Amino acid sequence: MSGQPVLRVRELVKRFGGLLATDSVSLDILPGEVHAIIGPNGAGKTTLIGQLIGELKPDAGSVEFLGRDITALPVHARSHLGLARSFQITSIFLDFTALENVVLAVQAHDGHSFRFWQKAMDDAALLQPARAALEQVGLGHRADIPANALSHGEHRQLELAMALATKPQLLLLDEPMAGMGPEDSARMVEMLRGLKGKVSILLIEHDMEAVFALADRITVLVYGRAIATDTPDAIRRNPQVRQAYLGEEAPVA
Amino acid sequence: MSVPASLRSSVSTAVALLLLAALALVPLAAEVFEDPFLLTLFTRIVILALAAVSLNLILGYGGLVSFGHAAFIGVGGYSIGILAKHGMYAAWIQWPVALLMSALFSLLIGLLSLRTRGIFFIMITLALSQLVYYLANGAYAYGGDDGLTILKRTDFGGLINLSHRPSFYYLCWALLVLSLFLTHRLVNSRFGMVLRGAKSNDRRMAAIGFPVLRYRLTAFVIAGTVCGLAGALLATHTDFISPAMIHWTRSGDMIVMVVLGGMGSLFGPLFGAVSFLALEEILSSYTEYWKLVFGPLLVLVVLFARGGIDGALGRGHGGILLGIIGGFFLLHGVHLVYGDDWAIPGALLLGCVALVGLVHWLRRHAKSGDKP
Amino acid sequence: MTLLIFEQFLNGLQIGLLLFLLAAGLTLVFGIMDMVNLAHGSLYMMGAYFAAVFVQWTDSFVLGAILALPAGMLLGVATEYVALRSLYARDHLDQVLATFGLILFFNELARLIFGAGGMAIELPALLAGQIEILPGLPYPTYRFAIIAAGLLCAGFLFLLVQKTRLGMLIRAGASNREMVGALGVDIKLLFTLVFGLGSALAALAGLMAGPISTVQIGMGDNVLILCFVVIVIGGLGSIRGAFVAAVLVGVLETMGRAFLPNILGSFLNPSEAGTLAQALSSMLVYILMAGVLVLRPAGLFPAPGR
Repeated sequence: MSGQPVLRVRELVKRFGGLLATDSVSLDILPGEVHAIIGPNGAGKTTLIGQLIGELKPDAGSVEFLGRDITALPVHARSHLGLARSFQITSIFLDFTALENVVLAVQAHDGHSFRFWQKAMDDAALLQPARAALEQVGLGHRADIPANALSHGEHRQLELAMALATKPQLLLLDEPMAGMGPEDSARMVEMLRGLKGKVSILLIEHDMEAVFALADRITVLVYGRAIATDTPDAIRRNPQVRQAYLGEEAPVA
Repeated sequence: MSVPASLRSSVSTAVALLLLAALALVPLAAEVFEDPFLLTLFTRIVILALAAVSLNLILGYGGLVSFGHAAFIGVGGYSIGILAKHGMYAAWIQWPVALLMSALFSLLIGLLSLRTRGIFFIMITLALSQLVYYLANGAYAYGGDDGLTILKRTDFGGLINLSHRPSFYYLCWALLVLSLFLTHRLVNSRFGMVLRGAKSNDRRMAAIGFPVLRYRLTAFVIAGTVCGLAGALLATHTDFISPAMIHWTRSGDMIVMVVLGGMGSLFGPLFGAVSFLALEEILSSYTEYWKLVFGPLLVLVVLFARGGIDGALGRGHGGILLGIIGGFFLLHGVHLVYGDDWAIPGALLLGCVALVGLVHWLRRHAKSGDKP
Repeated sequence: MTLLIFEQFLNGLQIGLLLFLLAAGLTLVFGIMDMVNLAHGSLYMMGAYFAAVFVQWTDSFVLGAILALPAGMLLGVATEYVALRSLYARDHLDQVLATFGLILFFNELARLIFGAGGMAIELPALLAGQIEILPGLPYPTYRFAIIAAGLLCAGFLFLLVQKTRLGMLIRAGASNREMVGALGVDIKLLFTLVFGLGSALAALAGLMAGPISTVQIGMGDNVLILCFVVIVIGGLGSIRGAFVAAVLVGVLETMGRAFLPNILGSFLNPSEAGTLAQALSSMLVYILMAGVLVLRPAGLFPAPGR
């Protein structure tokens, strides 16, 4: 757990009118680590991830990815550098089968798509990695089912498969357990544990049990400020965190 | 009630192939029944089906509600007309110019409109096509709002004689078949995956790394160019160009064809164009006020039968569809044979009964959860 | 020359204000309900026809106008109730198609009831003449009345939207629909009210336009597109934007038509200049729209939060 950070965020600021949604946040994500961001509702987690992914433009500060300044890059260009995300609200292609969903994700990173003649779903260069990604998340047997016929838990798995299929250097997971029952949650935690070390993960999650089980380091976000970044144990003990955050909700500890 | 997807498409394909085969026989039928109007009508149908196929690419597969497609009909048609006016009839000048101009116009309109979405996109494509309409209206040198008669048809140097009506018909038919085949390849290619994916969820497309705009723009230009070809054919068919062919309500008609036939299905626009124009022809033979029936019919289709004709075929409702079409032609026959004395009220009454039945049936299906 | 420019400006203002009346209702429907309503032009046409019929029937312009307004509003509310209400939740394509069907229906209905020939609305003697608004500048009384009425309506709308509770809801709805629903407001009622208001404004525009241009089938079809241009320029859901853009469009089009031939004539031969000027002045507003789109894709006055 050393070396150049994968993602380096410096003094990021985002304002909505008078509201300071991101208040000079700095953050490093190291290669291979699972880094969780927690914080009460309205702490600005989604705003922060929006800026990391490129959907929101920060008012100040910089985002560096693999040593390259990506602050001004559009969403799709960041994706090509190896930054993948899953959405808080399930965001897949409902008209497509599970396999087609992942094929699209593979295709996005296999050169340009101005190919008008060859059938995409006969293309081994797309199908092989897509099937592999589906197997990885345990959806291999559901490949030909239309996405709108899959269960909620399977949707989240599919999300992850699509993110993985882009061969990312960093996975931004925006509440991957949202809306899941305990069984599905446990399965997802297992899956993420399996990814540990292979890819750096930035995890935003409300499920504290999952966060403390998975994370190598945790950053606590309150009112747009990163008040602490440390190992789970240290975060648990941090008085400032207990007061500002855990004190209010008092979940684990 | 649900039919497997593979079977669904095969029913639709079978019907479409039969329809295409039947269309191929039209010149023969016109000869046998000595009814030249039949050929005129169906030439128009085939050309507009080609235009609808092009619109389906962006509307049906791309999810872009472009309300300005008639502009490209105009650009293609006016290219032919203007060149003819200056005495240039050679196909190797006329057709490339028509295609190039349509591509250029669709590139411009696409660049402006594709940056927006939702209601804005609809309004902007509408407004920009209206700009083309006024351009044609103001072109006094080429007839202004009176339009311009094309004195001589495109010269293919002895390869094919466009003034020979069956030859021209078969050219249009062949281009329609070609466009269907190319669309089939296109929508299943990588490009087609991107286009359909962007329709389904364009935010996600960007997140997994697609610069969606340039793919949409490409599709927009392809559709505009093919539609320009249809415009060139239409101008040749009528030997006439006028701003009326660009008016935005023509764009509306084209959208109706695509949706009536079934959006985003390969043969939907074919079904749609044939049934729209046949319906227009038949309804207007009963009453001058046929749109009084057609307008509400459209509303009913939107409210209760989203899948269009292709969807009905897919759900195994082909029989009912055939029954409706058959009943229509039966009434039409009665009307033709017995004249106007009692047929009109009788037909209207029966039509109303059929309509009520249709609505009832659609309601029942909407309730039982068998939504399209 | 200044007088001429001023007169043309007034003409442009008058057209712009008519456009505003139409676009204001439309932009509210678009902005608040996220609903495409192509049939708005039909309501304008029907308003004009109602006025023509009632004026003939009562033999009084004022009485006819007073009757036509609620008739147009009623027609709008009825249309909303019968056909449009079930479309709010549908996607834009469905709305486009269904309201396109309504256009066909209304155009044909008008042809069936009122005939294909078109109708004229006779002006009362009081409004038919000219008044001298400035020394040496006589101006048709009726056009002047339109400007006055249009400004009055614009003022009324501003007050309604800025000062009343209904207006607060309308503004809130234009920027965030879910929020209005969450406030416990009867959305259905709000929508019907807004739609009724829009229809009444459309009918008003129709009846005011009637005496200057003949009342005819399809008179709403082209005006509708101009309204779209106004809304695109002004920003979706913004009354203020609609006002500025409508006046801009009206003045630009009139000025172009009046002065472009002369301007172009100074460096082109007359016949060429005439042709070009005619085409250019029709296209001017669309070019303006394209320019606004490139520079400010959300329009001049985008509703906040969009």
